[in-house]
Amino acid sequence: MELTRRDAVAALAALGVGGAAVAGLDRSDWGASGDADARAETVDADRIRETLLAAAEVVYPREVTGIEEFVGAFLEGRLEDPTHATALDETVAKVDELAEAWYGARFATLSAGGRESFLREVGADTADEDPDGTTAERVRYYVVNELLLALYASPTGGELVGIENPQGHPGGMDTYQRGPEP
Amino acid sequence: MSGRPPAESASPADGAADRSPVEDADVCVIGAGPAGGIVAERLAQAGREVVVLEAGPRFDFDDRLARQERAIRPAYDRPDVWDGDPERDAHSASGEWFYPLNHARVKGVGGSTLHWQGMVMRLHEDDFRSETARGVGVDWPLEYDDLRPYYAEAERELGVAGGEDNPFAPPREEPFPMEAFPPSYSDGLFAEACDELGIEMHSVPNARNSEPYDDRSACVGYGTCQPVCPSGAKYDATVHVERAESKGATVIDRAPVQRLEHGPDAIDAAVYATPDGEYRQAADAFVIACGGVETPRLLLLSESSHYPDGLANSSGLVGRYFMDHLFAGMGGLLDEPTRQNHVGFLTSESHQFYDGADAEFAPFKLEFFNYDGPSPVEMALSGDDWGDDLLERLRSEYGNHVGLGALVEQLPREDSYVALDYDRTDDRGNPVPDVHWNVGDRALRTIERVNEIQRELLEELGAEITWQVGPEDTGPAYHHMGTTRMGTDPTESVVGPDLRTHDLENCWIASSSVFPTGGAMNPTLTIATLALKATDHVLESV
Ligand SMILES: Cc1cc2nc3c(=O)[nH]c(=O)nc-3n(C[C@H](O)[C@H](O)[C@H](O)COP(=O)(O)OP(=O)(O)OC[C@H]3O[C@@H](n4cnc5c(N)ncnc54)[C@H](O)[C@@H]3O)c2cc1C
Ligand code: SF4
Repeated sequence: MELTRRDAVAALAALGVGGAAVAGLDRSDWGASGDADARAETVDADRIRETLLAAAEVVYPREVTGIEEFVGAFLEGRLEDPTHATALDETVAKVDELAEAWYGARFATLSAGGRESFLREVGADTADEDPDGTTAERVRYYVVNELLLALYASPTGGELVGIENPQGHPGGMDTYQRGPEP
Repeated sequence: MSGRPPAESASPADGAADRSPVEDADVCVIGAGPAGGIVAERLAQAGREVVVLEAGPRFDFDDRLARQERAIRPAYDRPDVWDGDPERDAHSASGEWFYPLNHARVKGVGGSTLHWQGMVMRLHEDDFRSETARGVGVDWPLEYDDLRPYYAEAERELGVAGGEDNPFAPPREEPFPMEAFPPSYSDGLFAEACDELGIEMHSVPNARNSEPYDDRSACVGYGTCQPVCPSGAKYDATVHVERAESKGATVIDRAPVQRLEHGPDAIDAAVYATPDGEYRQAADAFVIACGGVETPRLLLLSESSHYPDGLANSSGLVGRYFMDHLFAGMGGLLDEPTRQNHVGFLTSESHQFYDGADAEFAPFKLEFFNYDGPSPVEMALSGDDWGDDLLERLRSEYGNHVGLGALVEQLPREDSYVALDYDRTDDRGNPVPDVHWNVGDRALRTIERVNEIQRELLEELGAEITWQVGPEDTGPAYHHMGTTRMGTDPTESVVGPDLRTHDLENCWIASSSVFPTGGAMNPTLTIATLALKATDHVLESV
């Protein structure tokens, strides 16, 4: 199932910006003025993007496509907040430090299998997310759950499960009244 | 604005720059929930100099998506959504039943309606004369007809979407301000079973916009109404507080009132703490609107030589008769999709059994859920799996749930009360409220009966029953009532039918704390109704 811009910026529609405006956006319109990087100058936004994309390829189901643009667009909203951007940056730096130590390479350059085992070895699968917790809990919060939240609160992620208007997405007043697709 | 701001980005707004008292205030309103907000707006509209003191902070509307993320992510507890502070909000629960107070309220501008569900119905005629009609409890000193015009006004104030298809509702004179929300897909599944069993379903009045109303958008289906509506379609009391300010009222946030200074017959001033020190707000009149727990607490904290057992407490009943509505529920699985969790509110109920109440069985209403079972996004964030395995789990666990709820009345009992716990103090050194909650047999017996009806319905529907909340594990609906009860006899009540305390000539109470009995309808429409009535009485004197 194809992820779209609509999924990443689903929040826009509810804020009265409306579907038309969203559809009219192009890549340079993400993040209001496209200067998300400028707003969090000290963080390595490229590395965050690369790392989260590499993690998304592991934590998203195989049938999802369009991940790169989706993750990029979602992150732009997140990087606008300096506190969150800094915490993301620190978590990603830690991930790379451990990946270098254990696998001799940065996380994003590992094979898909390598990334999967890395995330399990770090303990992100069994950890409960905690933004102020251990490395495992922070990786769960800032990497794994950051990505799962983005996906499963989006219409495409919801549709995979059979709910085209998942919690967190302003999908309007019709879907709750509709029966299942025949 | 792009995408979703992160959960950590929400923080209380800066709030008032100057927290010093207002000179020449006519009325000091304590608490900025719906009761305080409505009173303040009406009084400001009438040209009075009004100051509102609110214990909690102001919140920024633009933070609501971040707060929504807190509602979804497992790292956050419910009280975190609205910046609950365990020290500020410390409490005890010494009754037979535990009371989770901090899940049951919000402190801040908007009060608990920031978190609420937003179902708003009128009490029934018999709820006002429980003793006469049902042989238990007490009669209110007011009748339904006394409140009827105020109810209509309250429905306009809150913005209620409702239908006239409820044959059990008390008489009304005009349509609801907005059309009811249409029934959900799962309501339709229940409708057939209800037909078979002769149970009538009808719409639910919601303080939630089914169309744009009052400069707020129509509901857009975020599905997180409880505990936060990011669109503002669900009514919350910031609506009235902001309107009060636009009409000249002063709102001071982070200003918990510590005690009320008074003589034998009147309050002189409210002493309130702020981040920059303690102040004293004098006024001609005071309206206490701190909710059903903090209202009696503030009176008890304000004891003096005139009132050794607590202010306005000559009757000894301040804090007594604490009541809530009891929850009863049941749910299960069908072998077909039921389309849950698209929206976070209810579209159908049945009040059919309500007026059959008597001394043995309490009034209750049945609720048909639109959000039974897990929400996929919440499930995704708390498993040990990801990728295809996670998707498979979500697919197998989401989709086929159905559920029924109910609210049941509990009777007022003297051994169910809010008192001060002198062994524990809050962040300012004040004894914390102890919610000593006891329930009683009539309510528990009624829950059993409700469970029977719920079971019959689910079986008729062909559901495999997977959960039940019955008399052993029932819990509160977060409706705090009864603790400064209304009556005509000053030895048996705290306020009169004019909502003024019997003891003090310039102190009114706007809260469900004045309810002599609770009925089984969610209380806030009646709170708003009484707030409007209280305002009229305040205006007669200042
Ligand atoms: C999860 C949940 C769901 C609910 N759903 C519904 C529903 O569907 N329908 C319904 O009718 N009701 C519902 N309620 C109940 C509803 O929220 C309350 O009835 C309503 O908010 C009460 O209004 P109030 O103004 O009396 O008190 P509150 O809204 O609680 O406001 C009181 C305010 O007073 C302030 N305060 C307290 N002490 C002091 C002090 N000493 N000094 C200064 N300020 C003080 C508090 O900080 C607070 O902001 C729900 C509540 C919860 C928690
Ligand atoms: S479903 Fe409607 S009322 Fe509830 S949170 Fe969403 S927009 Fe608000």
